[in-house]
Amino acid sequence: MTFHEEEDIIMAEGIKDKVAIIGMGCTRFGERWDAGAEDLIVEAFKEAIEDAGIEKKEIQAAWFGSCFDEVNVGKAATPLSLTLKLPFIPVTRVENFCATGSEALRGAVYAVASGAYDICLALGSEKLKDTGYGGLPDFSQVLGTRNRLIFPNITAPGGFAMLATRYFAKYGLGPEEGKEILAMVSAKSHKNGARNPKAHLRKEISVEKILKAPMIAWPLGLFDCCGVSDGAAAAIVCRADLAKNFRSDPVHVKSMQIALSSGEELMYTDWDGTYVKTAVKCAARAYDEAGIKNPREEISMMELHDCFSITELVTYEDLGISPRGKAGNDVRDGFFNLDGKIPCQPDGGLKCFGHPIGASGLRMMYEMYKQFQGKAGDRQIKDPRIGLTHNMGGFPAMNLISVNIVGR
Amino acid sequence: MSGIVSYGAYIPKYRIDRKLIYKAMGWLNPATFMPGEKAVANYDEDSVTMAVAAGIDCLNGIDREKVDAVFFASTTPPYVERQNAEIMASAFDCRADIRTADFTDTLKAGTTAVLSAVDAVKAGSAKNVMVCTGDMRLGKAGSAQEEIFGDGAAALLIGDNGVVAEFGGSFSVSYDFVDHWRGTGERFDQQWEDRFIRDEGYTRFIVEALQGLTKKCGMESSALSSVAYPCLYAGDFKKIAGTLGLSESQCVDPLAGQVGYTGTADPLMHLVGALEAAKPGDRIAVVGFGAGADAVLFEVTEEIEKTRADRRGIRKHLAARRELGSYEKMAAFRNLLPTEKGIRGDTVAFTALSTLWRNRKEVMGLCGSRCKACGTPQYPVQRVCVNPDCGVIDEMVPYRFSDRKGALFTYTGDNLAFSPNPPAIYGFVDFEGGGRYWFDLTDVDLEEVEVDMAVEMSFRKKYVDEKSGIHGYFWKAVPVMV
Repeated sequence: MTFHEEEDIIMAEGIKDKVAIIGMGCTRFGERWDAGAEDLIVEAFKEAIEDAGIEKKEIQAAWFGSCFDEVNVGKAATPLSLTLKLPFIPVTRVENFCATGSEALRGAVYAVASGAYDICLALGSEKLKDTGYGGLPDFSQVLGTRNRLIFPNITAPGGFAMLATRYFAKYGLGPEEGKEILAMVSAKSHKNGARNPKAHLRKEISVEKILKAPMIAWPLGLFDCCGVSDGAAAAIVCRADLAKNFRSDPVHVKSMQIALSSGEELMYTDWDGTYVKTAVKCAARAYDEAGIKNPREEISMMELHDCFSITELVTYEDLGISPRGKAGNDVRDGFFNLDGKIPCQPDGGLKCFGHPIGASGLRMMYEMYKQFQGKAGDRQIKDPRIGLTHNMGGFPAMNLISVNIVGR
Repeated sequence: MSGIVSYGAYIPKYRIDRKLIYKAMGWLNPATFMPGEKAVANYDEDSVTMAVAAGIDCLNGIDREKVDAVFFASTTPPYVERQNAEIMASAFDCRADIRTADFTDTLKAGTTAVLSAVDAVKAGSAKNVMVCTGDMRLGKAGSAQEEIFGDGAAALLIGDNGVVAEFGGSFSVSYDFVDHWRGTGERFDQQWEDRFIRDEGYTRFIVEALQGLTKKCGMESSALSSVAYPCLYAGDFKKIAGTLGLSESQCVDPLAGQVGYTGTADPLMHLVGALEAAKPGDRIAVVGFGAGADAVLFEVTEEIEKTRADRRGIRKHLAARRELGSYEKMAAFRNLLPTEKGIRGDTVAFTALSTLWRNRKEVMGLCGSRCKACGTPQYPVQRVCVNPDCGVIDEMVPYRFSDRKGALFTYTGDNLAFSPNPPAIYGFVDFEGGGRYWFDLTDVDLEEVEVDMAVEMSFRKKYVDEKSGIHGYFWKAVPVMV
């Protein structure tokens, strides 16, 4: 028998139900002219540690997520250890584009699952409003010296707009019809965000108004784009078997997966440009680990990476919730509304809660956590069983996807 | 036999109606009015990119390995140190063991470069020499130069095999005649009094050179099928013809009302125009004017018919025009107006010149790789094959994408990105024969762009880092010229 014969392969155990979240914190997101990254870090941390009911000295290791935050706090993990006066424990900085927040959490969760630690902290923060940019800072500074010479003059909305262009073309949607579906996706999130006191954009916006908004990157208008915000979010995770010592209602991690582009999307011609290849791969692995057979029936709620309305639309399909090319029907049916079958973006999503990059993945998890605990106020979803967060970094043609599944 | 083996030209797509210039600036110098339109380089074009476009037109169907030298002639080269001809040779993906040179400082540099190329071929030191010329001279706002000067480029391949127009002789006169001048670092053309230029230089040197040529070749001017010389002053253009005894049909239309006076490129563009209409046996004389004059004679051979269909030359470029529609836009493109660029326009990422050197073939020549194992073309250069069913390591051969057409896979028009001509349009190109990458698009309006549109690649300025004085070049997608 060789190792490569299938029956002989020893499958990795995975992390299902090995780790629980016992405390979380999240700042108000928005244009926080009053707060620096340090203030945001402290604000999120204070809430998380009080929520967990632990003392700082019980944290054995920490993961710090920040992406563009180098402009505010500098590089490495010292901004976290210095700000919180963490007592000489291991602290790791992670950065993986806009999925940075989920990556911080994944680091902490996997460390606990490995048995290396009992209690870890994950904290992500981003102070984008000190960059001077409306939207994300210019990518030509940060994409590498070779890419700087050959990449197009690309921004985030433009990168995702090309997904919409292709989606409309493939499914024969005229610009009006396509844009209307996208507008409904955004309108739903605005409705949810208006009910969230911590959200950046707290205003309901009608489909008509969304359709009339100025064009940012054809065919995406202003309200197809998420808010660019300051904020921080934090999670305290611990061994699942210890969780009940801290609280009666911990949230258990079923799976945390990521998948990264292989270059096929950008340089090979078999990708049709109407979906995100990594999301399909990543979701399959996450469902497998979490034991989900029929996501449309089993998932209770989702926080998706709706950096742009089109991203959310194709993600419905990439996650196997809606059939290919038919997500628009589910949108029209209200399937993803707060009172629908699978409420999506109950906290307003990136669209309205805002998108401080390093914090966003943790913010998504914060909403899942509060929903499971019945603390989501006007946005409370009835008896949720399985929650899914989907965090994306990069462009549809060159990205990473993080799919995380949690339950009670 | 040595002479012209191939020819090409380039006229930028944008034209401005001179009425718009006059409407904007005519109040300052009411005597500047000129009829017709002129060609205006886009914001991402300069003398080098236009000359590359003419060179690609010229090289159509010709193996680039055969080029032994690249000469560039211009009075508006983007660099004064860093050889512009070498930028062009990299864009053409020429061999490294070639000779390159810039010919500059006078508007007759184009014809002088041709004569040097002929000399090199005759001497046997090169079999094929590319001569590329492009100019985009700048007059101050409200000047006569602003009305007269147009932008354009031409290219000739000079060799001794497959000659379409044989070199028949030349005559040059050289004088330190200061009509127009620009000191080091100056952007704007300056000139002495028009009467002086006209009476003492323009109407004398062209005549002197051409009469010298016909005398040297033992022929009458009536034996010339066509004569190409620049038009500085419409009335005196005709006067020169009269002095030389040339009929109107012998004079190549200088395109003053369609393109304008394109400086160094001007005589060679008109030579290309003449070649497009020529028949075997025709004798064409071309005169470059500036610091004296060069007159050069070519005799068209039977080979001419073979090249004609594949060349865009002057005629097709003239037809592929679109209105710029705004004087202010032209002024902004030329940096005559300081414009609000916003933080995205003001922040220019630094250029790592060592990165550029290491990746010069892929950046300047748009060369990627093709996998020997599965045949997949891929851009940029890869060491690990991108085909998921292949994935072999280090089995690549070089593969050039610059001369491949493609289909636009998807696109956007981005108002957030800084562009001197917003929105910034970019998209993915799926190349004929395989390979996909994302590129900026240019010379197109968003309303005309559609999925699956046919595109081709054009060498352009990607950015200008004004602080460091670096002009970054790369390739953009443009609609395939119909």
